[in-house]
Amino acid sequence: MEFNYTILILLLPMLSFLVLGLAGMRMKHKVAGAIGTTVLGIVAVLSYLTAYLYFGNGRSADGTFAPQTPWNFEWLPFTTNLHIDMGILLDPISVMMLIVISTVSLMVHIYSFGYMKGEVGFQRYYAFLSLFSFSMLGLVVATNIFQMYVFWELVGVSSYLLIGFYYTKPEAIAASKKAFIVTRFADLGFLIGILIYGYYAGTFTFTPETKMLVAAGGMIPWALGLMFVGGAGKSAMFPLHIWLPDAMEGPTPVSALIHAATMVVAGVYLVARMFPLFIVYAPDVLHWIAYLGVLTAFYAAAVACVQTDIKRVLAFSTISQIAFMVVALGVCIGADTHEGLGYMAGMFHLFTHAMFKALLFLGAGAIIHAVHSNEMSAMGGLRKYMPITHITFLIACLAIAGIPPFSGFFSKDEILAACFQFSPVVGWMMSIIAGMTAFYMFRLYYGIFWGKENKELHAHHTPHEAPVSMSFPLIFLAAVTCVAGFIPFGNFVSSNGQSYDIHLNAQVAITSVCIAIVAIVLATIMYLKEQQPIADRLAATFKTLHQAAYRRFYMDEIWMFVTKKIIFRCISTPLAWWDRHVIDQFFNFTAWSAQASADEVRGMQSGRIQSYCIWFLVGALVFTLMLLLI
Amino acid sequence: MNILSLFVLIPLLMLLGLWLSRNLNQVRGVMVAGSSLLLLTAIYLTVDYLGIRHAEAAAGVTDAPEMLFTASYMWYAPLHICYSIGVDGISVAMLLLSAIIVFTGTFASWKLKPLTKEYFLWFTLLSLGVFGFFISTDLFTMFMFYEVALIPMYLLIGVWGSGRKEYAAMKLTLMLMGASAFLLIGILGIYYGSGAQTMNVLEIAKLHIPMDMQRIFFPLTFLGFGVLGALFPFHTWSPDGHASAPTAVSMLHAGVLMKLGGYGCFRVAMYLMPEAAQELGWIFLILTTISVVYGAFSAVVQTDLKYINAYSSVSHCGLVLFALLMMTYTSSTGAILQMLSHGLMTALFFALIGMIYGRTHTRDIRQMSGLMKIMPFLSVGYVIAGLANLGLPGLSGFVAEMTIFVGSFQNADTFHRVCTIIACTSIVITAVYILRVVGKILYGKCTDPHHMHLTDATWDERLAVICLIVAVAGMGLAPFWISDMINDSVTPIINNLISASNL
Amino acid sequence: MDIHVVYYLVISTIMLFAGIYGFFTRKNLLAVLISVELILNATNINFAVFNRYLFPDVFEGHFFALFGIGIAAAETAVAIAIIINIYRNIRNIQTDNIDELKG
Repeated sequence: MEFNYTILILLLPMLSFLVLGLAGMRMKHKVAGAIGTTVLGIVAVLSYLTAYLYFGNGRSADGTFAPQTPWNFEWLPFTTNLHIDMGILLDPISVMMLIVISTVSLMVHIYSFGYMKGEVGFQRYYAFLSLFSFSMLGLVVATNIFQMYVFWELVGVSSYLLIGFYYTKPEAIAASKKAFIVTRFADLGFLIGILIYGYYAGTFTFTPETKMLVAAGGMIPWALGLMFVGGAGKSAMFPLHIWLPDAMEGPTPVSALIHAATMVVAGVYLVARMFPLFIVYAPDVLHWIAYLGVLTAFYAAAVACVQTDIKRVLAFSTISQIAFMVVALGVCIGADTHEGLGYMAGMFHLFTHAMFKALLFLGAGAIIHAVHSNEMSAMGGLRKYMPITHITFLIACLAIAGIPPFSGFFSKDEILAACFQFSPVVGWMMSIIAGMTAFYMFRLYYGIFWGKENKELHAHHTPHEAPVSMSFPLIFLAAVTCVAGFIPFGNFVSSNGQSYDIHLNAQVAITSVCIAIVAIVLATIMYLKEQQPIADRLAATFKTLHQAAYRRFYMDEIWMFVTKKIIFRCISTPLAWWDRHVIDQFFNFTAWSAQASADEVRGMQSGRIQSYCIWFLVGALVFTLMLLLI
Repeated sequence: MNILSLFVLIPLLMLLGLWLSRNLNQVRGVMVAGSSLLLLTAIYLTVDYLGIRHAEAAAGVTDAPEMLFTASYMWYAPLHICYSIGVDGISVAMLLLSAIIVFTGTFASWKLKPLTKEYFLWFTLLSLGVFGFFISTDLFTMFMFYEVALIPMYLLIGVWGSGRKEYAAMKLTLMLMGASAFLLIGILGIYYGSGAQTMNVLEIAKLHIPMDMQRIFFPLTFLGFGVLGALFPFHTWSPDGHASAPTAVSMLHAGVLMKLGGYGCFRVAMYLMPEAAQELGWIFLILTTISVVYGAFSAVVQTDLKYINAYSSVSHCGLVLFALLMMTYTSSTGAILQMLSHGLMTALFFALIGMIYGRTHTRDIRQMSGLMKIMPFLSVGYVIAGLANLGLPGLSGFVAEMTIFVGSFQNADTFHRVCTIIACTSIVITAVYILRVVGKILYGKCTDPHHMHLTDATWDERLAVICLIVAVAGMGLAPFWISDMINDSVTPIINNLISASNL
Repeated sequence: MDIHVVYYLVISTIMLFAGIYGFFTRKNLLAVLISVELILNATNINFAVFNRYLFPDVFEGHFFALFGIGIAAAETAVAIAIIINIYRNIRNIQTDNIDELKG
């Protein structure tokens, strides 16, 4: 009963979307923005209240936080067992997600006031943000897998609309289309997974009866694996990651909210949500997911090392970090708190990453706002002009690099510990990738704030610090990043719900910090100065490799080949031709042959008596013959 | 007076009124009055129907009649042809759909010229046929109304159409007439095969038609209706027909007339000949699966807006027949939902395309761009229609498609499963062609100087579009009541089919 | 001495086929009419011949031949009237030009 108000968390953004969407164009910019921001403010307050009440209620007898379902009603009935319910489920991870989403979303709302000032379609922008917040919140509180799918699609569409916000820009149109279609393709897997799950588990809820699952046998791993395909699409796992870098065409705050902090972790959340089933019925699938995660993390980190567009670097870093979370979930070998350490670690990293990655993106937004370009070549030496952005960005970089005492260190350390527990090989690989993370982030950092200043450009237009509406979110998120690591996260979220005290694994911690420091030093040597001889020489030596990494190992080209050449050229065009020229012509031929034979028959009616008479005679003879013969 | 007869009576009075009217305003007056009345009647009927059903459920009536508001008048005694009418949840839903589309279609052709009066005469006759078809329970009466709905199509496309209109009109009419020839044989086969002393569907359903006759007449009947439901490979009339038809006719055609096919397949072919449906269903299942995927793929490379939607209709109507042939309760409910949903959203699509075409005078997507800035209302409407089409939750398409897929998956046969998974892929392809069009014509910069000065929708167009959007969103947001209504009504038909499979 | 019946029949057959041939091939309506006369007369001959050889006691065959001649005369009159009318209408009497009946 006490959580009945949680429905407001969903309804308010929905209402805000409707109001802004229908009447927004008649409002002043400020009014529209204020409505959206106020609503999100209330949602954030309610989310914190929920977290406070929920965790404050204490654990139930079995040592877990009991899930609560304050709302649930049948939305669309299929059969007696299968129906889509709409409701709200509160459990540790969903409450945690509520906090993440409402915090980042609120920050983005505030930030956008400054960033989007004066843009055409400001009201539309806030309407879409509200729609997104509504969908994302609905996704995390879903009481069943189908509700999750419903909101999953909705976040996909709001992402589509927001990426394509600058709808007169061809790149934005292409990127929005690509994002939607790629994730839709992945959602096909999700849908089929749900169908299999629904049939064999006999329900869409997350807690099916054990005897159904046992009876289903080999089908449950299939269902879960296919669901993960959907998750891989949203969470940009290799090879379905291609949409995410392009999605950076959207306004930067949107990238921060959707493509860094919230929507892209939906896949991780999905795996976490289905974790109890994964770990019992499909541990192999879970481990394959971990291997895929390692591959993705490595690939994205490698690509991020050579990109020059700062948002692209951040995008690949996002892919890589999400892969860390996926790996963390994948390396769990059991449900108890120790064997399932990765679960806790993944969720923890999700939480800390959301904060510092949003911070990075918002910082990047402030920079782009100042220099009007995404390219690193337009930047350099900005630390003098933008001190607040500089410091907050540095904090985020340290956090993502895994330097204590920033939040990223703690969560990443737990992930590495979980990896080592699973297999030393995976552990070492992830450690190296963590080092790469530190390297490319500091390459980015030096490239923006140190290095050679683009005097020409800056003389033309002096960069300036962002307005308060933009710097406040930066400071807030930086503060969160500084302290979030000390949250006793394991006491709230763990694989089986029992309390788990995080204790640093000294060996892992020291190794990872060492690797990170080495990487940072390397980046400092290579990129701090105005001249970068080492970097240039390396690029020249490994020209092919550098070029391949810069072109993202040609993954986009491969996908373009598949879509343009195979789907369009080899399937659709021949099919359309077949339809017009074979099937249609067959019917046209039928019509034509009817007409032609009619013409023939018509010719016999010449109107000439004599020809009629010949026919008459022939007929008479035939009849005579018949009479004679019979 | 039976409320259902109003659905025939009102169009008849409208015809009379149109015949007597002397100028444009009178014509419009008659149309608006008549179509609003029809809409009100349909809404009233829906409410009334639901009320009665709920009362029955509350009272715990176990043998509730399958149809409500039944009535029967002998019409031609020697062949037992009656004007018998009655509705269940499926027909109520279809009547509501038709009423909405006739209403919005009236506004969508508000400024149509020339020969406005004659146009509306044929338009009304067409809707008379449609309404009559959905209320009939007598095979012959049903067939008669079916023909009444087909013939005006020829004139409406041939006279008021665009492009290769004579060719398209002739093709459409001939193919549908050919199909109705099969249908007539099928119906006569059912009548004589069952040995019934009536043509009433409900009565015939209680009898058993010998299996060797079913084997002949089931394919004929199914094909006869299936052609109208754009069954592969008999779908080619639909792209040409839709492309050439005037706006409101496209709306009515794709929105309602194609539904006659699915409705007939279900109500007549599968209901009356369940054994053959079980035995021969697989052939048609393959064809419909092809329809679903094939239509979607073909739509991807079209360049004419109407062709894109026509192929999309092939795909979506294929899904209707596909779901019917899955023969589970849920999938059939999904099929009916899909008919409703597809009817509404395609009507919306064609209305918008007509309005855009009326301004830009081209439907070639390569020649348009950046319309979002120029006609925001129409463009937003188009985006919403597109999103509904690709199955965005909260709009009607999602509800229908999900019901179909979940329902189809309940059929545990491997062959059916494979078909289901193949059909599922269409949702991805749908996204491809919808977003392609939206990206090409609405987004980007407007390049054609002639398009710069175009205006946005006028009030009559806005009314039509808003009505349809509200209906699409209403169905998508609150699917439970309509799903319940349909679910109860498919039960007897599916029961029939399931008991047939157990023989 | 009697002329053998076959000779009569050969003559009438020749006349009949000549008539039929003429009827089909002549393009002039008058020639067609003449051909019809040939056919009729061939049958008249047959009537007379068979009556004479098979049933010498009765005269029905001869009477029928007379009827035939009479009817042929009447028919010729009507036909010529029609031909004249056609001539008035289309200024010639070629059969090729008279195809108003065609579908």
